[in-house]
Amino acid sequence: MVLERTSIPLYWRDRGIKYRLLGGECKSCNRRFFPYRKVCPHCGSTDVNKVNLPRRGRVVSFTVVHNAPRGFEYYTPYVIALIELKDGTRLLSQLTDVEPDEVREGMEVEMVIRIHRTCGESWLIAYGYKFRPVLKK
Amino acid sequence: MKPDRDVGIVGWGAYVPRYRIRSEELARAWGRSWKRYAAGIMVEEKSLPGIDEDTFTIAYEAAYNALLRARIDPRRIGATYVGTESKPYAVKPTATLLVEALDIGERRTTGADFEFACKAGTEALQAAIGLVGSGMIDYGLVVGADTAQGAPGDALEYTAASGGAALVIGPGKDSVALIKASLSYVSDTPDFWRRQHERYPAHTRAFTGEPAYFHHIMSAARALMDQINTSPEDYDYAVFHQPNGKFPLRVGQKLGFSPEKIKPGLITSYIGNTYSGSALIGLSAVLDIAPPESKILVVSFGSGAGSDAFHIEVTDKIENVRELAPKVMDYIQRKRYVDYTVYARNRRMIHMMKDFSGY
Repeated sequence: MVLERTSIPLYWRDRGIKYRLLGGECKSCNRRFFPYRKVCPHCGSTDVNKVNLPRRGRVVSFTVVHNAPRGFEYYTPYVIALIELKDGTRLLSQLTDVEPDEVREGMEVEMVIRIHRTCGESWLIAYGYKFRPVLKK
Repeated sequence: MKPDRDVGIVGWGAYVPRYRIRSEELARAWGRSWKRYAAGIMVEEKSLPGIDEDTFTIAYEAAYNALLRARIDPRRIGATYVGTESKPYAVKPTATLLVEALDIGERRTTGADFEFACKAGTEALQAAIGLVGSGMIDYGLVVGADTAQGAPGDALEYTAASGGAALVIGPGKDSVALIKASLSYVSDTPDFWRRQHERYPAHTRAFTGEPAYFHHIMSAARALMDQINTSPEDYDYAVFHQPNGKFPLRVGQKLGFSPEKIKPGLITSYIGNTYSGSALIGLSAVLDIAPPESKILVVSFGSGAGSDAFHIEVTDKIENVRELAPKVMDYIQRKRYVDYTVYARNRRMIHMMKDFSGY
């Protein structure tokens, strides 16, 4: 099998990030960021709290992936979007439950958990956040 | 069965994937006449998972919706159970994924997957009622969810669907619906099974009817009503397991329930049989609309075989939480039709080259 396997320690360490949008809130510069890191990427402070970020936001920009990296071929074509959450935090995520030609800048989206990749039939199923158009406003 | 202290439903939630395939399209793929072969089962279309969905992702959204309505801190939940026959892993619990994703119980929770064909979700519900009712825990989370398998070309392919529902169970005083009594009835009846390592279940066609579905549902329903001295006239709604569109109406008729009491919770005609999700999605659809003081009879059925029956009474607290999460009909109305090719791809019936790189 040529397919690159998901690293178990990495997946396990990041499960709060992948499942709950665990971000950081810097007590020094009052800015939030995603994913959670011990050091604030804005000011370098280590005075950072863990925070589950809001699950809703809007699409700032997006692109359609037709030629996927190894391990993601089964899901093409899929959309990767830059999303601004309700609190202003920005992150990159796949969109789901939407056709590429239906995606618009400014589209309201909400977080769901979906399969990211499976790595054949014997290895770990990697789950994590994706965003879809809001179901109910 | 009655617990020591009052137990009820504190929150409920459902989830149905966006994709549908018409049963006419399924018949077309296998060169069959839909009218002759499939029209009689009264399921015109069924739900199927998106390419990135499975029982865990379905359970997650149903449970998230149930927690929105329950309005409790998930850290107070002491039991997390997922009833399913389509576990993402043969060995590795779905429940622990749910605990992690929903931040349940500060990890101090029992967690397990239940299997009992289509009644795994209500079997888990019985366990949660016991734990809450005895005072061992304050709240329990119960999910019934499936991405049901039906072999390509088999009769089951016309109904085997995807979806799930979740209940947060808690003390009676917090409940939007009290579970006043419950009863289970099981016997060794081999009407449907899936052997270890098999992709698709085997079933015994007509044998799945009288000795299996009808016998167990009627035995459980009658025994429960005898035990608590109720009759069909006492109920405003009845929800029976829904393997197709006609069985629930027929079993209701045999027991003495009018179709009007069954139809509000009969959602299989829109989305097919969601197996472990079936009776619980039906209950969710009823809770979405039932006024306070409504009485609901829920009877599940799982092959192998058995039924769980529940007597539920809606309280006036229900009006406060109904709008806090999407309803079953919100999910049913959100749909995109696909053809058999996309169906086969989403259901992962297509096997890729191991080192497939796309181009």
